[in-house]
Amino acid sequence: MTPLPRWVEYGLMPVLNLALAFLLAGLVVLLIGESPLEAVRHIIYGAFGYGEGIGFTLYYSTNFILTGLAVAVAFHAAQFNIGAEGQAYLGGLGAGLACLALDRHLPWWAILPFAMLGAMVFGMVWGAIPGWLQARRGAHVVITTIMFNFLAASLMGYLIVNHLKVPGNASVQSRTFEPGARLPKLEETMRLLGLDIGGAPLNITFPIALLACLAVWILIWRSKLGYEIRVFGANPTAARYAGIRGVRITVTVMAISGALAGLMAVNPVMGEQNRIFLDIPGGAGFVGIAVALMGRAHPLGIVLAALLFGVLYQGGAELAFEMPSITRDMVVLIQGLAILFAGAMEQLFRPALLQLFAPRGPGRAG
Amino acid sequence: MRLLSLLAAILAAQQALAEPAVVYSIGGKFDASFNQAAWVGAERFRTETGQGYAEFEPESVAQFEQALRRFARAGNDPVVAIGFLQADAVTKVAAEFPDRRFTIIDMVAEGPNVQSVVFREHEGAYLAGLMAAMASRTGRIGFVGGMDIPLIRRFACAYAQGARSVNPAIEVYVAMTGDTPAAFADPVRGAEIARGQIDRGADVVMQAAGGTGVGVLQAAAEAGVLGIGTDSNQNGLHPGHVLTSVLKRIDVAVHGAFTAAQDGSWKPGVRSLGLAEGGIGIALDEHNRPLVTPRMAAALREASDAIATGRIRVHDLYTDGPCPWG
Repeated sequence: MTPLPRWVEYGLMPVLNLALAFLLAGLVVLLIGESPLEAVRHIIYGAFGYGEGIGFTLYYSTNFILTGLAVAVAFHAAQFNIGAEGQAYLGGLGAGLACLALDRHLPWWAILPFAMLGAMVFGMVWGAIPGWLQARRGAHVVITTIMFNFLAASLMGYLIVNHLKVPGNASVQSRTFEPGARLPKLEETMRLLGLDIGGAPLNITFPIALLACLAVWILIWRSKLGYEIRVFGANPTAARYAGIRGVRITVTVMAISGALAGLMAVNPVMGEQNRIFLDIPGGAGFVGIAVALMGRAHPLGIVLAALLFGVLYQGGAELAFEMPSITRDMVVLIQGLAILFAGAMEQLFRPALLQLFAPRGPGRAG
Repeated sequence: MRLLSLLAAILAAQQALAEPAVVYSIGGKFDASFNQAAWVGAERFRTETGQGYAEFEPESVAQFEQALRRFARAGNDPVVAIGFLQADAVTKVAAEFPDRRFTIIDMVAEGPNVQSVVFREHEGAYLAGLMAAMASRTGRIGFVGGMDIPLIRRFACAYAQGARSVNPAIEVYVAMTGDTPAAFADPVRGAEIARGQIDRGADVVMQAAGGTGVGVLQAAAEAGVLGIGTDSNQNGLHPGHVLTSVLKRIDVAVHGAFTAAQDGSWKPGVRSLGLAEGGIGIALDEHNRPLVTPRMAAALREASDAIATGRIRVHDLYTDGPCPWG
């Protein structure tokens, strides 16, 4: 593919895609007789206008950063991991079991490493098995990861109902962790910035997610393994010729991807609900696919895309509050348009942009 | 003294002015089940009183607390939360706003300003089992549950108990559709399971499976046997092929919370709604009248009274231990 200048590829194109998505969403809002500008104002205010809103925006973004990273790492080896949802669900089990086992004995900072380890190991296993099936048996990873999402949901349902549930209580959830085992909110840090996050569950997982971004950047662009992953992703045949073992790369990359997705569950399990509950990821695994696409599988792009979806989630809730004629389904529609244009149809403007910006090739010179 | 009563009147007027609010559970307002029943109750309040209400449909569990807090801060009163998922959010937010009133439906939450409305669904399931056993000619009846959770298991257990009270030798086939929330929205699978039970001789099949149940009732009607509906009145779906429906009146609960707050009869604490309170009911209408024999109607009345007065104790899986009727 002819390269575009970097600022066009990574800056202009996503912005154009988004602009088109919002334009369409605005038209729909207009159709139902509301003012699109008013709607945008509510979204922006809801996401950034006050401390609690910012807290919620960043809380949701934390989930999307981690699942986005998970999908992106697999992208680099040309593996399409649709299973971040299931890996995160299992990660929730790992994190939750660590908390349930230790919360009566240790403070949160001592439990956190175990919870993170549990989440990552459980997610890793759930990612590595489809990776192995792909590498060894040729079972396509898209199919197997989708199926592993269902397996995860069934397994978790079974475990919660039959083993983790509190006897005599109808709620389908484990017992609540002791207060000492709950992750501290970033209230103090945000107060330094003059913000009161109120009831928002923004917690220490957010900086952890940012560290994970750095780790992924180092892994992909500054390590030998990362180089092998990228070579394998670009051309598996050439990679084999260069002595890179495809099976090892596929399984490793899916394991890392699963671990990152699993890590996401620490945020809701230990930072928000403080228990193991049904549907822990709540769709963040699927949003992660859009985030990775939109962020061009680069950590910086992923942070920005995750932030955008955090804004849409939190601002969308504000919108539904303030403009009752815009229902929840309308908000989902706006989010869907953003995914459609920024993710699925990201190449829409490429031909036109190529005409405008592509460097004139040397083809004619000869 | 006069000053005091004046003050009370002003306070009452202010309370009458405060709009009530409802926070639905996950799944949206028009889920043809739980949330929709809540909405129906709120709408009835609106048409009766001409007074509006605020509402919110959360997309994720993280939004419950946010929504409750917003309504409380905006002065909405009472704030009604639908569904067991909101219990902790209600407990927490109610503590932050001690002068607002909260009602949670289908679960118990804590707090001096919290009213919890729970249903004794198993009482209705017992009556459904009794009717199924009386209507069955083969001595075999079926039960198709949605997601395998305690709520549905409790339902199935009471159904079996009611059936055994008529015919101790009756066989009750119990099947659950799945172990994820999707099991409440799979009518095709529901029909398949119901057909399986009918093939094994069941001639009455009860559903407690949300959207999946539509398929169960369909399969029963197609096979020429009887189905039993739940939650809302489903007798009219296949007239003559739905023996009855166990009604769970979420609408009554929401409407009751709104009006009680308005007329001052709202009280904190647990309100348990069963047959006696009209929160659970058995649907009898023109669609199933030919199916309910006088003998069945008499037995139904007798059992209802016995349950209401405590002479029959329906097994409650939450408190009474494992189901003795398998």
